[in-house]
Amino acid sequence: MSKQTPNQLAQWKKEWRQGFEREKARILVCAGTGCVANGSLDVYAALKQEVEARGAYVTVDVLLEKEETGVSVVKSGCHGFCEMGPLVRLEPSGILYTKVKAEDAAEIVAALLDGKEPVERLLYRHPVTNEVYAEEEQIPFYHHQQRTALVHCGQIDPEEIREYIADGGYEGLQKVLTTMTPEQVCQEIIASGLRGRGGGGFPTGRKWEFTRIEKSDQKYVVCNGDEGDPGAFMDRSLLEGDPHRILEGMAIAGYAIGANEGYIYVRAEYPLAVQRLKKAVADAEKYGLLGQNILGTDFSFTLKIKEGAGAFVCGEETALLASIEGKRGMPSPKPPFPAQSGLWGKPTLINNVETFANIPQIIVKGADWFSQIGTKNNAGTKTFAITGQVANTGLIEVPLGTTLREVVFEIGGGIRDGKKFKAVQIGGPSGGCLTEEHLDLPLDFDSLQAAGAMIGSGGLVVMDESTCMVEVARFFMNFTQNESCGKCVPCREGTKRMLEILQRAVDGEGQPEDVEILQDLAEAVRDGSLCGLGKTAPNPVLTMLKYFKEEYIAHVVDKKCPAGVCSALKGYWIDPEKCKGCSKCARHCPVNAISGEIKKPYTIDETVCIRCGACVSTCPFKAIKEG
Amino acid sequence: MEQKNTVLIDGQVVEINGEKNILELTRKIGIDIPTFCYHSELSLYGACRMCVVEVEGRGIMASCSTPPTPGMKILTNSPRVQRVRRTVLELLLANHDRECTTCDRNGSCKLQDLSNRFGVKKIRFGERDVKLPLDHSSRSLVRDPNKCILCGDCVRMCSEVQGIGVLDFAGRGSQTVVAPAFNKNLAEVECVNCGQCAAVCPTGAIVVKDETDRAWAALNDPTKTVVVQVAPAVRVALGEEFGLPAGEIVTGKLVAALKRLGFDKVFDTSITADLTVIEETNEFIKRLQSGERLPQFTSCCPGWVKFAEHNGADFLNNLSSCRSPQQMFGSLVKKHWAKDLGKKPDEIFVVSIMPCTAKKYEAALSNMTTEGVADVDLVLTTQELARMIREAGLVFDQLDVESFDTPFGFTTGAGVIFGATGGVAEAVLRAAHEFVTGQPIEQVNFEAVRGFADRKEATVEIDGQEIKVAVVHGLGNAKKLLEEIREGKADYHIIEVMACPGGCIGGAGQPISPDRETKKQRAKGIYNADKLSQLRKAQDNPMVAKFYERWLKEPNSAEAHEALHTTYSNRGRITGEEIQLIAGEQPKVDIAVCVGTCCYLDGSYDTLQKLMKLTETEQVQDRINLHATFCLEQCEKGPVIKVDDEIINAVTPETVEKVFKEKILKKLAAAGE
Repeated sequence: MSKQTPNQLAQWKKEWRQGFEREKARILVCAGTGCVANGSLDVYAALKQEVEARGAYVTVDVLLEKEETGVSVVKSGCHGFCEMGPLVRLEPSGILYTKVKAEDAAEIVAALLDGKEPVERLLYRHPVTNEVYAEEEQIPFYHHQQRTALVHCGQIDPEEIREYIADGGYEGLQKVLTTMTPEQVCQEIIASGLRGRGGGGFPTGRKWEFTRIEKSDQKYVVCNGDEGDPGAFMDRSLLEGDPHRILEGMAIAGYAIGANEGYIYVRAEYPLAVQRLKKAVADAEKYGLLGQNILGTDFSFTLKIKEGAGAFVCGEETALLASIEGKRGMPSPKPPFPAQSGLWGKPTLINNVETFANIPQIIVKGADWFSQIGTKNNAGTKTFAITGQVANTGLIEVPLGTTLREVVFEIGGGIRDGKKFKAVQIGGPSGGCLTEEHLDLPLDFDSLQAAGAMIGSGGLVVMDESTCMVEVARFFMNFTQNESCGKCVPCREGTKRMLEILQRAVDGEGQPEDVEILQDLAEAVRDGSLCGLGKTAPNPVLTMLKYFKEEYIAHVVDKKCPAGVCSALKGYWIDPEKCKGCSKCARHCPVNAISGEIKKPYTIDETVCIRCGACVSTCPFKAIKEG
Repeated sequence: MEQKNTVLIDGQVVEINGEKNILELTRKIGIDIPTFCYHSELSLYGACRMCVVEVEGRGIMASCSTPPTPGMKILTNSPRVQRVRRTVLELLLANHDRECTTCDRNGSCKLQDLSNRFGVKKIRFGERDVKLPLDHSSRSLVRDPNKCILCGDCVRMCSEVQGIGVLDFAGRGSQTVVAPAFNKNLAEVECVNCGQCAAVCPTGAIVVKDETDRAWAALNDPTKTVVVQVAPAVRVALGEEFGLPAGEIVTGKLVAALKRLGFDKVFDTSITADLTVIEETNEFIKRLQSGERLPQFTSCCPGWVKFAEHNGADFLNNLSSCRSPQQMFGSLVKKHWAKDLGKKPDEIFVVSIMPCTAKKYEAALSNMTTEGVADVDLVLTTQELARMIREAGLVFDQLDVESFDTPFGFTTGAGVIFGATGGVAEAVLRAAHEFVTGQPIEQVNFEAVRGFADRKEATVEIDGQEIKVAVVHGLGNAKKLLEEIREGKADYHIIEVMACPGGCIGGAGQPISPDRETKKQRAKGIYNADKLSQLRKAQDNPMVAKFYERWLKEPNSAEAHEALHTTYSNRGRITGEEIQLIAGEQPKVDIAVCVGTCCYLDGSYDTLQKLMKLTETEQVQDRINLHATFCLEQCEKGPVIKVDDEIINAVTPETVEKVFKEKILKKLAAAGE
C-alpha cells in the first residue's frame, strides 16, 4: 500500500459509510461461539440463500461500485444473550429474533422483504410477564444495560475492517498520532479514571505513565486475553465481536508508552477469537493501521498473537509474560513490576482486553465523557457474565456502581422457577459470595473489596435457596487447587488442604474443629501466597465462613446440609400425618429400608437408607420429607 | 537526617546500605529469617514463603524479593508472620515423607531443622497421599520425589549455574513434581552427575548414592587386597564433618582413619595428578607446536567431560585425552602394581575417596577397565567416608597422624592444587615452561588463575610465545565460553574446566555447606598445603619418574597411552525410542519420519500426518512400517524421511504425495510382483 496520510482514514470512513448506507436492510446473524454452537452458521447460510433466491442479496463491494440497494446478510459478534441463540438481528429496524433455526429463514426473509409484521414466534417473550418484545434494545435484558465497550458486539461484522472504520474505528489512533503527545495520552487516560478491567482495578493511566517514563531501547504492550474464570466470557466476546477495537486500544497504548511491539495473549481454547484476531491484524496491516509508519506518521507498531496453553494462572501478569517467553507459566515476585522489567526484561504494559476496548472511545470522546459514566473513583462501565439460577443469563455491560439488585432482578429477570435468592458468587474462584444484605451494594471495585469479594474479570453466578454454599466453596476450591501453578507453598499445599477439609464436610465426615482450622488456614494462604491466584483463592471459603457459617457448622457438627444438596448428608423421613400406609415406598426402596403395617404410617431405617430418593418420587401423598 | 535512608525493623532503626532486599538487611542486624528457596548465587524465586515479614501499610511480603525503602516499618515476627511460617512448615510436613530416621539427610535437613526451631508438634492436615517411585538409575544420585518440597533450588542450580537444565517442574497444583523431561530417569537424560542439585537440596529429595555397604563388604573380604586413594580436596573438608573448621588440612588423621577402617594401603590421588600434569603438558606442547586441536581443554573432571560429550561434540577433539587422576591411579594399580604384588586385577579392590559424585559415574565407564575388571571398583564421597568413620566409632580429632603408603604416596604441591579451580592450569603452567625451554621457572605461583571469579585468564610467555590460559568453573560458565569460542569472540590455548563452582573443593560429595565462605576456606587450605610442600612441581616428583622408568617409558608413549589416556564419544543425540505408528502385518517398506526439533519446525509433523492419510487412502497399511524417529542427522534439510535405507530430504506436506507415489508405491509394486 502506498504511503498513508492521516486524512486517508476520513476518506475511507466517508466512502465505506456511504456504501453501507446503501443497504436497504441488513440481517446480522450472531456468529459468536455460543450461537455457532447452536447452529447459527446454518441459519446464516439459509438466510443468505433465501435472500439470494429473491434476488435481493448485496455485499458492500457491490454497493461501493454501484449505487444498488438490497439486503446484506452478515455474521456478527456475540450479543451476549447466548441462551436465546442463535440470534438474528435486523437493521435498521432493530428487530431481534431468538432461537432461530435454518427452517425459519424463509419466513424471516419474507416478512422483511414483503414489509410484513415480524415473525412473532421468534421474538423474545419474557418468561415471567409473557410480554413479547420486537426490538432488541427494548428487551429488559438489554434495556437496563449501557453497552460502551460492547457497543459493536452483535452490531457489526467483526471480520470486516471497513465496518469498523465506517463507524469511526481507528479515529482514536489517528487522533493521538496527529494531535497528542504520549504524555498527553497518559494524562487523558488518568483523567478518565479508567481502572484495569482484569480484576485488580489498578488505575490504567498510572500504569501507562509508569511504563512511559521508563527508559529502554525496547518496550512492549501486552493484552491479557487469558480469560479463565469458569463461566466468564467477556474477553472472548470482545475479541470475537470487535477485534479491531482491541487492536486500536493497543496501538494507542504503544504510542503512549513508546512501544513498537505488542502481544495479544489469548487462550487457545478460543479458536474463533484467535482466527478473528489474526484476520484483524492482517487487515489492519493491509490498511496501514498497524505496521511501519502508521497513517504516514513516524509511529510503527506490530502485533503478534500468542496462544496460551490453558493454564488459569497465566492470567496473572508475570506468569503470562513467562508463558510468552516460552517458559512454564509461573508467576514471579513483584517488584520488579512489568512496567520496570517485564517481557524479556523490558518495560511492559499489560492490560486486560476490556481495558483496551475502552481506550479508543476515551480518546475520541474525551476523559470527561468517560468519567461521567459510573460513580466517583469507579468510572465507566463493566461487563459481567451472568449465569446461574437467574431467568436471563448472558453477557451484560452496566455502569460501575449499578446495584446487584438491578443486575439480578432487572437485567437477569430474577430467580428462576419462583425460588428465593440466596447469594451471588462474584469474581469467579478469586471472588467471594455476596448475600441478600448486599443486594443494594453498588457493583464497583471498592465496595466489593470491602465486602470480601472482587469484580475479578466479571463472572457473576446467581444462586437460589437450593444451593449449598459449602458445596459452592468446595467447587471453587477444587478449581483453584487444580489451577495452582504449584510454585509457592501456601497456594500449592494450602488449597489442597482446604479442599480436603471442604470435601470432608460435604461427605459428612467433617469434624467440629474443622471450622477453626479452615478459617486459620484460609487466612494464612491469603496472607502468604506469592501471586494473586493464591492470595484470592481463599475468598470463596472466607466469605462462606463469614456469611454462611451456620450452614458450614450444620455440615460438620449436625451432619446436615440445609440446602439438601450434599447427598451424604441427606436424610429422609415419613410424615406420619400424611402417610396413608399404602406401602408403595417400601416396595420401591432398593435396600428395604422402609417398613410398616398397611394403612399405618411407615418408617425409614436411616442406618439402611442409601439416600437415593426413590421413595420421594413414588409417594402419592408427598409424605416423604428430606432433611 | 538519619531518617532518610533507614527502616524500622522490629522497632530498631536500621540503615539501608545498598542491600538488595529486606532479608539481607535483617541478617545484618542478627535476625535469621528462615528460608528454603533463597540462595544468593541463584536467581530470586520467592516461592517458599518462609521469609515473609509484615510491612506496615503493605501487609505480608516476602523479604527475599522486597527491596527496603526508606521509612518502611517492618515486623519480622508478628503474629501474622508467625502464622504464615508455621502454616507453611505444617503444610510442607503434611506432604512430606517423614521417615526422618532412615533419611540420608537426617541431621542435615533444613525442613527438620526449621520444624525443630518452630516447635511444630502437631500437623492438622492429612498425610501424603501418594508414594512416587524413587529414581535409582543414576550412578551418582538418588532422587526421592516424596521428600521434595519444590523449592526449585535444584532446578535453578542445574539451569542457571550449570547451564544444563536437566530438572524442571512438571504438572500443576498439588500434582507438581520436579523431574527430568518426560519424567525420564536421571540416567537417561543429559545429567552430568555433578550432584550440585543434591548439594543445594534442603531435604533428602536428591542425595548422593550411598555405597558404604560395598566398602564394608570389600574390607571384610579376605580374598581382596583393598587399596584406597584420596583426592586432594577431601583433606581440606573432611574435618568439617567432625566439628573442625573448614579448610583445616586433616591429611594425617584421614590416612590414620582409613588404616583403622582396614584399608590395606592408603594412597594419594595427588600423585596421579602429578602424572596427569606431565602427560597433559606434553600433549599440550605437541599441539602448540603443530597448532592443531587448540585450545586444549582439561579432562580431569568427569562432569565436564560428559557435558562436552552432550553439548560440545565440536570440541571433543580438543579435550586432552588424559584420563582423570582417579582413573590413572586405578589403571596403574590394576595394570602394573598388581603384577608387582603378583596379583590379578580382580584380586585388588580399588576404592576412591572423592569430593565428587560424577567420579562414581566415571569409574563405571566401560572403557575404564583392565582385563575386563574395573580399574576403580568403588567411589565414595567425603560424606560417605565420614559416615564410615562415625560408624566405626573413630574419634576423628583424637587420631594420631599417619602417612600415605608407597609407591602412590609421594606428592607435590602441583598435584594437590588440582582440588581448587585453577589448580590444573597452574600445575600445567609450572611444567610447560620447563618442558619447552629446559629451564626451571622461579615463580611457581600463578595468582591470576586462582580465586572464584567466573572466568580467570592469564597470558604466559613460553619461549617467546604468548600462551593464553582460561579457567572456568561451573558448567554455565563453560557453556558461555564454548559459545564465545564458536563465535570467534574468545581465543585461548589452554582451558581448564571444572564442573563444580569452586572446583573439586565445591564438589557435591563434600560435607553439606550452604555458603561460599566455606568453599573459600577450603581453597585456602589447598593452597596452604601446596605452600607447605617440599616440591611444588609435578615434574619434580621422583616417584612419578619411577613410574615412567618402570612402566610407562616416557610421556605420551604407547604404554602411557594404553594406561593413562582415553577416548570420548558424542552423546549429542538422545538415543532414540522410536514411535511406531503403523506396523504392517507383512511389511515390505520401512518408512521413518524425523520429528526431531529441526524437522518438526520445518513441518515434519504435517508431513507425517499426510503420509498416514496417504497410506490409508491407498490402503497399504498392511504392507508398510511407519514410525516417527528422532534424528536422521540431516537437520539443515528437513523435513527428512527415510524409506528403507534411502534418506530423502525436504519432504514437505506439499511434496510428500509425490515422494509417496514415486518411492513408496513403486517399491510396494515391485515387492508385489
